[in-house]
Amino acid sequence: MALGKQAAEQPGGLLTRPTAARGIWSWLTTVDHKRIGILYFVAGFFFFLIGGLEALVIRLQLARPNQALVDPDFYNQLFTMHGTTMVFLGIMPLSAAFFNFLVPLMIGARDVAFPRLNAFSFWTFLAGGIILNSSFFLGGAPDAGWFGYAPMTNTQFSPGTGIDFWIVGLQILGVASLMAAFNFIATIINMRAPGMTLMRMPLFVWMTLVVQFLVMLAFPAITIALIELLFDRQVGTNFFNVVNGGLPIMWQHLFWIFGHPEVYILILPAMGIVSEVLPTFSRKPLFGYPVVVFSGVFIGFMGFAVWSHHMFTTGLGPVANAAFALTTMTIAIPTGVKIFNWLATLWGGQIRFSTPMLFSLAFIAMFTIGGISGVMLAVPPVDAQVQDSYFVVAHIHYVLIGGSLFGLFSGFYYWFPKVTGHMLDERTGKWVFWLMFAGANITFFPQHFLGLIGMPRRIQTYATGLGFDLWNLISTLGVFVLSAGILLFIYQVLRDIRLGERAAADPWDGRTLEWSIPSPPPVYNFAELPEVRDRDQLWYQKHGPKHHGGGLPEKPAETDQGIHMPGQSWYPLMTALGLLIFAYGLVYNLLLAGLGLVAVIICIYSWAFEGVGGYHIHPKTEEQS
Amino acid sequence: MNHTAAHGVAEPLEHRSTNIPDRKILMWAFLGSDVMFFGALIASYVVYKGRSLTGPYPAEILDIPLTTISTFVLLMSSFLMVLALHALRENDIPRFRLWTFGVCLFGAIFLGFQVYEFRAFFQEGLSLQGNLFGSTFFLLTGTHGVHVSIGVLWLMSLLIGSYLRPIIRKDALNLEIAGLYWHFVDIVWIVIFTVVYLVEFV
Repeated sequence: MALGKQAAEQPGGLLTRPTAARGIWSWLTTVDHKRIGILYFVAGFFFFLIGGLEALVIRLQLARPNQALVDPDFYNQLFTMHGTTMVFLGIMPLSAAFFNFLVPLMIGARDVAFPRLNAFSFWTFLAGGIILNSSFFLGGAPDAGWFGYAPMTNTQFSPGTGIDFWIVGLQILGVASLMAAFNFIATIINMRAPGMTLMRMPLFVWMTLVVQFLVMLAFPAITIALIELLFDRQVGTNFFNVVNGGLPIMWQHLFWIFGHPEVYILILPAMGIVSEVLPTFSRKPLFGYPVVVFSGVFIGFMGFAVWSHHMFTTGLGPVANAAFALTTMTIAIPTGVKIFNWLATLWGGQIRFSTPMLFSLAFIAMFTIGGISGVMLAVPPVDAQVQDSYFVVAHIHYVLIGGSLFGLFSGFYYWFPKVTGHMLDERTGKWVFWLMFAGANITFFPQHFLGLIGMPRRIQTYATGLGFDLWNLISTLGVFVLSAGILLFIYQVLRDIRLGERAAADPWDGRTLEWSIPSPPPVYNFAELPEVRDRDQLWYQKHGPKHHGGGLPEKPAETDQGIHMPGQSWYPLMTALGLLIFAYGLVYNLLLAGLGLVAVIICIYSWAFEGVGGYHIHPKTEEQS
Repeated sequence: MNHTAAHGVAEPLEHRSTNIPDRKILMWAFLGSDVMFFGALIASYVVYKGRSLTGPYPAEILDIPLTTISTFVLLMSSFLMVLALHALRENDIPRFRLWTFGVCLFGAIFLGFQVYEFRAFFQEGLSLQGNLFGSTFFLLTGTHGVHVSIGVLWLMSLLIGSYLRPIIRKDALNLEIAGLYWHFVDIVWIVIFTVVYLVEFV
């Protein structure tokens, strides 16, 4: 494709705007939301595999009683990094991959509102992932659990650098998530195609918007908690220092005020994906669209009112426990509403059991199981019995694997043709699905039993004769089935990305705007901005009556300037690099941190004065010539 | 401000769903987040209020008259901020420069007061490490001081920029966004002044 002429204006930064169209430099300097989405997916999947490997070692260690495959110290590092990795470096970036690739396409935009900031979010996320994982080779990884309870994480009980890496790594990831949240809020509020009112937005876009608000409001709590902990460790402040009056419960409150919205940050994107897949493969509109939207918003809102259910056994008292039990159970209502709406969407539809549909159906079933064990845990007396046991582990894996991960896989199979222009083979896809479905259930269902008969979580081994042996062995065997599914998935993607059948623009008979443009989409997305008259706009364009909807605002006339494309830039990558140096400096040497900070400031100024840059594309004249 | 002005002359007219410029939405989103940052810090302060095991205690060392003056200076800087934006919108460049310089000056005076106060407290034995009051007080007011410093640097940059290149309509938006930030930092100080300083002497 011939690019339009380079814009005449000269950038004012230290470096000129790079223009490489292919090769590694083009990826390092890209600001294209589709490329950034792919980068998020590749990096997120890589970290997901690392987290999976950690889980595999954990399960091997627990397969039989009294094993010593790994020592207790390393075991602590493994489960801490497994949890941290899956939450912050696995599910979140994989969701971000979908936000990036799909949101602009679904709302009929040509990019996000701030393309360079978007690239910065990705590189900063990668820096955070590198910091966290490098700790394994730099004196030991964090080992205090993914919620890093103080004062166990202070220098007295965690003298090594592992916790410092955990703190600065999560801070850097927080920067990445917050910047992405601001960016997507601006994008979704302001860049919807003419006629796309809020209540015509695809459900996935709605859930993305809710998630970004959750990130915006939840991450500050953990940021402050981590700053306080870092000060405790490095400066000697007293925030969580019990000797000088600090309260351990303070950390728990701050962490879980973040931590509970965080689990909705993990599940709502998957709910959005499922709400796109089910209608398409049932050939019916989503049942009760407004109710599903408002349920999602309500879940997000209530996510800030339930955090203390993670602290039922800390002695908050009966009034607080009862209040948080009630708010927690309230969340079951909008969640149940959603589940029934999904089922009603299926009802009477012409259902196609393609791979994306299978993952979505499994999502409903497994998320319901995880949701029900969640309601059980919302009852304080029950929680007092099973807290810190494998029952909780089973619950979280049903909602995070059966829920989030299966939702993301459903989305992956659904949108892979759009992203790559190739179909994923259905037969292999179904093998992947059944292996993963069977594997996840074999692994995690027995953990309910383990928890109920009293096996605590986070123990490196257990004695024989406690009734744990069989279920642990089955659970470990299930991991191999799950792993086989993941390996087959990797093989399938590597094969079909080159050899898969060419995908048409709209291979699934889709409903949303991304299916109205070629697969893969051109760099400018839409040659002409779409006009939206209805929910499921494309569906009505293809199958509906000629005139429907209404109230279409005047669209600004497209000038003959062509489409303005944002210019590539070095600064997102370099600013993230500065942050990386800053973070290592906080662990090792404040001079290095200062150096990193100076680099960040220089980069921000150069970024600000880089100028608009960019170039123009004329898709129409190109088609004619 | 209309849509064209928001995007300046350099970019072609692009469709937007609202009349609010993207960058302003970005700033509002950031401020929404910043509310929670300060919320967590103020919560830490309030939870630990009265829990220090050793002195110095707040009532012993907080200097209300001094901080009232610095608070007044900071509030007046917000007033100058409004004047500066108004002048720029009226295309009155000399006044815009004068008022913006005034905002920076007042911000710097506030920071000077804070440095003086920190030094005085330190000499009276308050430290980050000494007791809970010291930890929470310095982290809360220190974070606010960093916000003010960033605001002064930002506004200085806009002021210097106005000498280096021609002023375009987009600059009014830049100043308005910096102003949003500045007013927010002011409002946070009102809360901090109330919760940390005034409540002590009720």
